[in-house]
Amino acid sequence: MALSDKDRIFTNLYGLHDWRLEAARRRGHWDQTAELIGKGRDWIINEVKESGLRGRGGAGFPTGMKWSFMPKKSDGRPHYLVVNADESEPGTCKDRDILRHDPHTLVEGCLFAAVAMGAHAGYIYVRGEYYNEHLVLQAAIDEAYAAGLLGPNACGSGWDFDLYVHRGAGAYICGEETALIESLEGKKGMPRLKPPFPAAVGLYGAPTTVNNVETIAVVPTILRRGAAWFAGFGRPKNSGTKIFCIQGHVEKPCNVEEEMSIPLRELIERHAGGVRGGWDNLLCVIPGGSSTPLIPKEACDTVLMDFDALREHKTGLGTAGVIVMDKSTDLIKAIARLSQFYKHESCGQCTPCREGMGWVKRVMDRMVDGRAEVTEIDVLEQVTRQIEGHTICALADGGVWPVQGLIRHFRPMMEERIAAYKARKGAGPAPALPLAAE
Amino acid sequence: MAKVTVDGVEVEVPNGASVLQACEAAGKEIPRFCYHERLSVAGNCRMCLVEVEKAPKPIASCSYPVADGMKVFTDTPMVRNGRRGVMEFLLINHPLDCPICDQGGECDLQDEAVAYGMDRSRFQEGKRSIKDKYVGPLVKTIMNRCIHCTRCVRFCTEVAGVPELGATSRGETMEIGTYVEKALTTELSGNLIDICPVGALTSRPYAFASRPWELRKTDSVDVLDATGCNIRVDTRAGEVLRIQPRTNDEVNEEWLHDRGRFSFDGLKRRRLDRPWVKRDGKLRPATWAEAFDAIAARMKGLPGERIGAAVGDLVDAEAIVALKDLMAGLGSHNLECRIDGAAVDASRPDFWRFNTTIAGIDEADALLIIGSNPRQEAPVLNARIRRRTLAGTFPVGYIGPRGVNLTYGHDWLGEGPETLRALLDGSHRFSEALGRAERPMLILGRGALARPDGAAVLAAAWQVASRHNMLRPDWHGFNLLHLFGGQVGALELGFVAPPDLAPPGPPQALWLLGADGFDASRIPADTFVVYQGHHGEAAAARADVILPGCAYTEKEGTWVNTEGRVQRGRLAVHPPGEAREDWKIIRAASEVLGARLPYDTLAAVRARLVEVNPVFARPDRLERRGCEDKSGPAGDPGSLSDAPFALPISNYWQADVVSRASETMAECARVLLPAVPERIAAE
Repeated sequence: MALSDKDRIFTNLYGLHDWRLEAARRRGHWDQTAELIGKGRDWIINEVKESGLRGRGGAGFPTGMKWSFMPKKSDGRPHYLVVNADESEPGTCKDRDILRHDPHTLVEGCLFAAVAMGAHAGYIYVRGEYYNEHLVLQAAIDEAYAAGLLGPNACGSGWDFDLYVHRGAGAYICGEETALIESLEGKKGMPRLKPPFPAAVGLYGAPTTVNNVETIAVVPTILRRGAAWFAGFGRPKNSGTKIFCIQGHVEKPCNVEEEMSIPLRELIERHAGGVRGGWDNLLCVIPGGSSTPLIPKEACDTVLMDFDALREHKTGLGTAGVIVMDKSTDLIKAIARLSQFYKHESCGQCTPCREGMGWVKRVMDRMVDGRAEVTEIDVLEQVTRQIEGHTICALADGGVWPVQGLIRHFRPMMEERIAAYKARKGAGPAPALPLAAE
Repeated sequence: MAKVTVDGVEVEVPNGASVLQACEAAGKEIPRFCYHERLSVAGNCRMCLVEVEKAPKPIASCSYPVADGMKVFTDTPMVRNGRRGVMEFLLINHPLDCPICDQGGECDLQDEAVAYGMDRSRFQEGKRSIKDKYVGPLVKTIMNRCIHCTRCVRFCTEVAGVPELGATSRGETMEIGTYVEKALTTELSGNLIDICPVGALTSRPYAFASRPWELRKTDSVDVLDATGCNIRVDTRAGEVLRIQPRTNDEVNEEWLHDRGRFSFDGLKRRRLDRPWVKRDGKLRPATWAEAFDAIAARMKGLPGERIGAAVGDLVDAEAIVALKDLMAGLGSHNLECRIDGAAVDASRPDFWRFNTTIAGIDEADALLIIGSNPRQEAPVLNARIRRRTLAGTFPVGYIGPRGVNLTYGHDWLGEGPETLRALLDGSHRFSEALGRAERPMLILGRGALARPDGAAVLAAAWQVASRHNMLRPDWHGFNLLHLFGGQVGALELGFVAPPDLAPPGPPQALWLLGADGFDASRIPADTFVVYQGHHGEAAAARADVILPGCAYTEKEGTWVNTEGRVQRGRLAVHPPGEAREDWKIIRAASEVLGARLPYDTLAAVRARLVEVNPVFARPDRLERRGCEDKSGPAGDPGSLSDAPFALPISNYWQADVVSRASETMAECARVLLPAVPERIAAE
C-alpha cells in the first residue's frame, strides 16, 4: 500500500519538471490561495491541527499547536515567520530537493503560515552550502513577487507579506531554532536559553515561529485537500506523508515521499532497491538522521517508520534520514565519525557539550582500534549520560545518542575489538594512550 | 509573588525571579560559575542544575523562571549526579595547576570541586592547551584554566561598555580573547580578575605574590577618585599586596576602578619617609626635632594674617581639621582647599555635593553632563550611568569636548558655555528632553570650575538645574563631581578663607598639607614653606621643611566622597620610615608653635570633627536630601566666557600623586594612552 502518485505533495521532488512558477501552477500550486486565506487565521491553524502534522525538522512537535502559541494579537511588536532551511544533519537531504525542485510549495506555505501567525515578514535561513538551491529559491520568490503572490496584498488575499532569504555560513548548530535566530540577527550562532520561547521572544525580540522547510511546504496541500486527507495516512498521531532519505548500503539511494508508518523494510526494499547483498546482509539502520541511535537488524525487520514506533525502540524518526549499513561496515568507525562531527559542531556554550563531546570523540577514536580497556566502555556510556539532558539545546543529546545506540546494541563488537587489539599487541605493559604532548 | 517550595521550605519570591534566587531565598546554596548577580544570565556552565517536580531532566536554576507552586529539589541523586558530571567535564581540560595558580584558595572551581569533584580522573586523553593572550598590563591570562563561563565577556560588554572581549571559534576550540590582540581599553579591567571564577584572569601585579590565607585584610576606602569606592586592602609583612573592592550597593556595588586597585605600588616608591630641612638652599635629611625647630624658628611670632595653609586632594578629614584648628590658633584665616583653582562655592553643601547621590542615578530619567568625563573622573560611577542608559529611556546631554567615549550613547550639545547659555534661556533643543523628564539631573565636573569664569559656570549650571526642575524638595538634581577623595572633606570642614577677608599681602609662611598640585611658582621666593605629605612632587621641592605623612592605607582616616558620604579608612600597613599620621604631626607642631591643639587621641579628633560638622557623626550613612533652598551660588552667569571646557584629567592612569609613583600605572599609561602611536605590522 504504497503512496499513490495522486497523493504526493511534492510532485517534482526529482526535478523531472520545471520548478518555475508557471510549471508549479500547472502542478496545482498557488491554486485558490487567496480563497483559503480568506477562510481566516483560525481556520488555517485548526486545519493544520486536525491534520495531525508534526514538525518535520526532527523533534516532531505538533505544528498546529506550535502556531497557536503565537500571540493572537500583536502587542506592538511585529510577528515573524522563520523557515529553517539550514539542513545540515548528516544523512538528510530532503529540504534540499524541495528548495531546488519544488520551491513554490515552500513559498506558498510561507504565506499560509504567515497568515496563521500574523506575520508580515518571513525569513528563510538557507544552509550556506546550499548555494545553487538558494539561487533557485530566490528566483522563485522573485517570480512570486512579480506575479503579485508576495508583497503587499499578497496573492490578492489582503495580507501583506514579505519573504527574505538569508544564507548561513555553514554551522550545524544554526539549525537549532534559537541559534538560527541569533545567527539571523547577525550574532554568533549559539542557542538561547528557554524560556522565553521564540513564540514569546524570538527574532529581534518579537514573537517568532521557526519551522522546518518540509513542515511549511506541506501546508498548502493540506489546506487544499483537507486535514482529513492528510490525517488519513499513517497511524494516529503520526499522520501524513513524509520524505524519507534512504542512503548507505542500499542498491538505489533515493529521496522518496511515502506514507508515515510504512515498515522500514518495505521502505528500503520498495524504493531503494533493497539492502546491498540482500536483507540478511543488513547490520543496522540509523533511522532518523545521524543524531538518532541506530537499531540492529532484528528491530529493522518489523519496525514502522513513525515517531512513536521508533521511540519504542529507543530511537527516533528525526528527519527521516535513513542510513543503512550492511555487514561490511566498520560500525565503530562510523559512529566515531559521527562523534567527531558533533564535537566539531558543538557551539561551545555549555560545559557538558563543549568538554564532553571531545572526550567522547577521543575515546571513540581509540575504540575504533580497540586501543582501550573494556571498562572504558562503561566510562564512555556514563559520560554520554552525563552529557545528555544537561545542556541548553539538543545538539549534545543528538551527539551522544549514536554512541549510546552503539553500546546498547553492539557492545560485544566493541569488546571483541579490544580483545583483538590486545591479542595483536600482546598484553604489553602499557596501552599506547595518546600523551598530552600529542 | 510566587510561592515556591525548595526542599520543603516554602518561600515567596517575585514573579520573574529565577529558581536560583528562590533557592537562595530558602537558604540553599547553589553552585554556579557563569551566573553573576550583576551580569546578564548566560546559563552555560550548567553547574546550578536543580530538579523541578515533573520536569524530566534537571534544569539550570539560574535561567529558569519560577512559577507559582513550583517544587524545587536541590539535593537529589539527579541533581548531585548532574553537578558531578559538569564538574568532571570542567576538570578534564582544566590544568589542575592549583599549586602555582594565583586563584588558589579563592577559586570557585576549587571550592566546588571539594563538593562535587571526584578524587581521580577518568579522562585518559590529552588535555587541551590554549595560548595565553595579552589583554593589557593589568590582567594576566592563563587561558588553559578558562572554563568558558563568559563572565568576562559579559562584564566588558555590559558593565564596562567596551565590547572588546569575546569568544572566537566554537566548541572545544572556543577561546576567550580580544579577537585581535590588544590591551583592554577600560578603566574597570581589574574587575575581570574578581569575576573570573577560576585563575584564567588574574592580577598581573599580584602574580605569584602571595596566597590569600597569608594576607591580612583591612577594610578601607579608596581615595584616588571621589567616588569613595569601598575597598579591602590585603597586606602581608607590612606591604600592600593588592586592593580589592568591597560590596557597597550604594557606592561602588562590587566594582573598583583600575587606578584605585593597582596604584598601590606607588605607595612604596618616591615616598617622603623622613623629615627634610632646607639648609644653605638645599634640602637635607633631618630629625623630627630639627624639623620642628626650623618651623618654630621661622613661623613663631609671624602675624596670623601672613600665614597661609593649603590642603591637597587626598588628605583625610582628621588632618584637615587639625590644620584648620592650628591655623585658627595662629590667627590665620588664609585657608585654601581648592588648589586646582576650582571656583567651588563653599557656602552651602548643595553647591559642592553630588546631591542626587550615586544610587540616585538609577532613579533619574535625564542627565546633562557639563565639562566632565565621568569615565575618567569616576569610572565606577560612570558604569552606573551606563547601566541606567541601558535600563530604559535616559537622554544624556553632554557639554564638553566632542567625541568623548563615555561608553554609552550621548547627545553632544556643544563644547563650551555658549551651550549653557542656550540651556539657560531654554532655547536649546536639549531643554525639551530635560523638560519631559520627571527626575532630571546634571553632573557638573569640577574641572569646569577650574577656570577664570568658574564661578560663572557654577552659577549658570545651578540656574540650568533650577530652570529644568531639578531643584525640588523631593529631588535634587544638581551634582558636582569631584576628582579625588579628599576634596569634599575639606569643603565639609570649611577649609576655605572667609570670602570677605583678603590677606593683606603674600604669605610669609605657607603650610602645604598634601598639596602636591599647588603651583609652586605662585609662592614668593622669601616665603617659608612647610610641606607635609607622603609623596613629594613640585610643591615639596619648593619646601623649606618637609614633614613625612601617611598615605591613605597607612592611617585611620575619614574621607568624604563626592556625595558627602563620610567613610572611614583603616590602617592597613604602617607608614614607612619616620613618617607619622598627619593629624599627629600637626598636633606636635602646634606644641612648638605655641598654639597647642586640645586633642591627643583619635577619638578626640573625631569628636572635634563632629563639632565642626555634624555629618561626621554618621559614617557610611548618607541621607538623601531634596533641595530646600533654590537660591544660587555667588557667581554671575553673565560673565561666562566663550572658552570651551577642557577636561581636568587627560591621563587617567596617572592622575594623582600615588599613581604617578606607580610603575604599574606608568605601564598602563604607556600602553593605553592614545598619544603613543600604535605599533604597526611593518615595524
